[in-house]
Amino acid sequence: MAQDAKFEAKGRKFDVVGSRPIRPDGIDKVTGRARFGADMTMPGQLYGKVLRSPHPHAMIKSIDVSAAEALPGVKAVITSKDLPDLSGGDQGMKDNLINTLARDRVLYDGHAVAAVAAISNSIALKALKLIKVTYEALPHVTDVDEAMKDGAPLVNGGAITSGMEPAPTKKSNIIARHQFGHGDIAKGFAEADIVVERSFTTEATHQGYIEPHACVASINADGFGDIWVSTQGHYNVRTTCSALLGLDSAKLRVTASEIGGGFGGKTVTNIEPLALALSRKSNRPVKMVMSREEVFRGTGPTASSSIWTKIGAKKDGRITAAHSIIKFQGGPFGGSLVDMGAMAAFACYDLPNVKTEGYDVLCNRPRLAAYRAPSAPMVTFATESVVQEICDRLGLDSASMRIMNAAKEGTKSSYGPTYGPIGIRATLEAAKNHPHYSAPIAPGKHRGRGMACGFWFNFGGNTSVSMGLNGDGTVALSYGNPDIGGTRASLSMMAAEELGIPYEKVRCVIADTATLGHNDITDGSRVTFAAGLATIEAARDAIKKMCARAAKTWGIAEDAVVWEKGHAKPAGSNAGKFEPLSLKQIVAASGNTGGPIAGHYEVFADGAGVSFGTHIADVEVDVETGKVTVLRYTVFQDAGKAIHPAYVEGQYQGGAAQGIGWALNEEYIYGKDGRLQNAGFLDYRIPVCSDLPMIEAVILEIPNPGHPYGVRGVGETPIVPPLGAMANAIAAATGVRMGSIPMSPPRLLKAIEEKA
Amino acid sequence: MRFAAPATVEEAVRLLGAEPGHAKVLAGGSDLIVQMKTGRVEPDLIVDIKRISAMRTITAEAGGFRIGACVPCLAMEENASLKATWPGLVEAARLIGSTQIQGRATLVGNLCNGSPAADGVPALVAANAKVRIVGAKGTREVDVLDVPTGPGKNSLARDEIVESIHLPARSAHSGDCYLRHTPRTEMDIAVVSAGVFVTVDGAGTITHARVSLGAVAPKVLLVEACSKAIVGTKLDAKALGALAAAASAACKPIDDKRGTVEYRTKVAGVLARRAAETAYARAKGAK
Repeated sequence: MAQDAKFEAKGRKFDVVGSRPIRPDGIDKVTGRARFGADMTMPGQLYGKVLRSPHPHAMIKSIDVSAAEALPGVKAVITSKDLPDLSGGDQGMKDNLINTLARDRVLYDGHAVAAVAAISNSIALKALKLIKVTYEALPHVTDVDEAMKDGAPLVNGGAITSGMEPAPTKKSNIIARHQFGHGDIAKGFAEADIVVERSFTTEATHQGYIEPHACVASINADGFGDIWVSTQGHYNVRTTCSALLGLDSAKLRVTASEIGGGFGGKTVTNIEPLALALSRKSNRPVKMVMSREEVFRGTGPTASSSIWTKIGAKKDGRITAAHSIIKFQGGPFGGSLVDMGAMAAFACYDLPNVKTEGYDVLCNRPRLAAYRAPSAPMVTFATESVVQEICDRLGLDSASMRIMNAAKEGTKSSYGPTYGPIGIRATLEAAKNHPHYSAPIAPGKHRGRGMACGFWFNFGGNTSVSMGLNGDGTVALSYGNPDIGGTRASLSMMAAEELGIPYEKVRCVIADTATLGHNDITDGSRVTFAAGLATIEAARDAIKKMCARAAKTWGIAEDAVVWEKGHAKPAGSNAGKFEPLSLKQIVAASGNTGGPIAGHYEVFADGAGVSFGTHIADVEVDVETGKVTVLRYTVFQDAGKAIHPAYVEGQYQGGAAQGIGWALNEEYIYGKDGRLQNAGFLDYRIPVCSDLPMIEAVILEIPNPGHPYGVRGVGETPIVPPLGAMANAIAAATGVRMGSIPMSPPRLLKAIEEKA
Repeated sequence: MRFAAPATVEEAVRLLGAEPGHAKVLAGGSDLIVQMKTGRVEPDLIVDIKRISAMRTITAEAGGFRIGACVPCLAMEENASLKATWPGLVEAARLIGSTQIQGRATLVGNLCNGSPAADGVPALVAANAKVRIVGAKGTREVDVLDVPTGPGKNSLARDEIVESIHLPARSAHSGDCYLRHTPRTEMDIAVVSAGVFVTVDGAGTITHARVSLGAVAPKVLLVEACSKAIVGTKLDAKALGALAAAASAACKPIDDKRGTVEYRTKVAGVLARRAAETAYARAKGAK
């Protein structure tokens, strides 16, 4: 993304930024006092439960709720009749409505059909069993390649594919086609000395957050509502719920609870509109907490995929052309973000000829939600597998070949824009020079090392921050994003840095929707970047006001006052001789100089710097069972500027851990009946601590000119390289190149035996 | 739903016999409570047997050990004599769930739950353990092998409970081992597993062997052909190959989300072979 060099962070010396203070939410979290979604209780609250479809695709012929309504203790039962269609032609809102409660048909196993509010959980569960739904089963499809075939059952009626020239005349499950690239790939492949093309598949994965979706909702008789909810974006909850329920936004106040993980899965609403609708019907507060089974069947996941990738290179490793055809299983509504996959597939490299095509395909699976760099891990798995195969076949050094092809400042990216200062080459060079790259693998049988690169766009967006200054020299900082990655700490640090006061003097809180202007969801690795930018600018706004008060006090011009190390000072000897005034002194006296002092900033932050990383993995494969053990793992990534390095490292490690889980064992398993077979953490295997080595995190800092301190988002990129890095390590260990993810023991053992 | 916590085995048996509805016995609860939370079972009566002190001890008996039904897995780890004598069985108990789970979970519960993948059971079968069952009609001793009858099922009458497990006396030159395959290192369930017990003579020749397999049939298997493959050998490569082949041949697994028939069949042989190697080394005195 081309950027105006708006900010110059180079050479700035920081006092607070770059240190590692304790997070303000830490004590509450480790002592159990932090209030998560399920920890709120309202007087007189009811318990809400959801009836879900056992069918992957069926018409709803009738729903009889009379027996459930008659059960003592049941206060409300709702079906789609209680949520009239107010979408008014907004397809996204209509899809949201259909997903919230099925209307004439169910579209996946786990689709919500009805909901009950009762005086206890057990009565609510009993009531669900009394609801009689008559279904007429329809043919279903859950696999992306099957869904694209002629004659496949049309999911949700199918669609006329968008993005096709000419537009098709017949409906299919392909809801959209996307294309990116430049140059002439035919010419590029003709120039190549070696061309490798391979097909890949990846299974759907869930974000796997530990905290299930939970909320408490209340709508009063006067139409005013409150909802307390575990979400990544409470402003979005307000927008969606008020639209679905026909409420004025101002009448619905949304408060974000502490959040036990989201990773993109809590960027959308699920039970929240139901809780509000049940509260409206029962005239009582309603609490809803999903079971883990419901979380798996009814929320998330990310897309499964089928990808074909072809790359050509000269003998020296220089890539001449790259082409990828990417098919994403898009759930019943599409929106698989395959367009972002098509954009991200070759983003690490400087390619003269490149083309990517993406297909978003309807299937009878849960509506998708974003998952940490959504779409990039799958396409990068394909790209990095083929890149490595070319390295291996040409006998080239893995890091050097990638460095030769790495994108740099001024490169026209594979998705269009020209890059500003970026860190792909720096991460590769850091990896190449790191002891992990040069050290021999610890001795043992069937061990191998792999590397892979990854890219993510990052986002900024709508942000509103407010900062109240207190008479005792402390600062109350309010922002509007749930804190997922330690942003209360990071924003407090940036406020302290700019104001020139200690970190401990800043108290940062997450404001509810009635308090600040609109804030976009906590996604796109945006909060430390965008809310950080707004915090710094709000501090500058407050500083300007404080300097004006000092000027007034001293009787000199406002522009003759400067702010240094937490004090207003005369700009020079010409301005007059006055003792500096501290923040505390200025604010304590503010009643006499014009009233309270606060800083504000509202922005659409559009300078999010793109982010790159390189990972190295060492693995051992038990060739008799197919089990893979990760021996060593190192992450190299550009953070722009690491505000709180420990949380940056935590993001690198967490993303790598999730990527390794995806690479090895995590998958949605569907039976022929179209039902999810592993809706629980026993058979949906995220790695546990003992499955992973200590993941080493190496932070590089190539400042982002779009942020005053140079910050780039860091949260998503770390999940992008692991699939490819693990596949490349397994190939090095066994000679078997896996084309399918996860590389679970049965799949890997089969591949090893087929090769032998 | 009612909850009772009797102080004696007799009272527990009486409560179970008198319940007209669905009664469940609670020891550690690591299976039962999960099943209740997910709605798979809705008992009318829960009989908590943890307060029956006679069922909470590990004692020496007839040259072997008697392990009460309420002894948690971690207590087995802490019994040095048991651990030194039956390291494979104790390792099996230490594979169930996680450390926290093992503080509650019991081997008898693992057995009575009837899971074909139960980690504790193949090691008990290899050890030739017996269980003491107490019921309204008296007490009976039964082979461990005969307690589970299929997935989620056991051979106990509705008024019976397992009071304890007895591990027999074993000759000095014996060793056991239990291995399972799981995709994760812990917090997982066996995709396939094998328990092996061997006794050797002074020359290192195997004189006696019991080989059991888990998660490859509706219930745990005791495989005679595996014993035959290694008795009379010094566990050379040929014997190991025959053992693995016999184990694979005995498998009657299913395809499911955890593994295929092909995978389980193959890996059962691998694990039987590896478990035999460890059991054999232990029989010969390796720590």
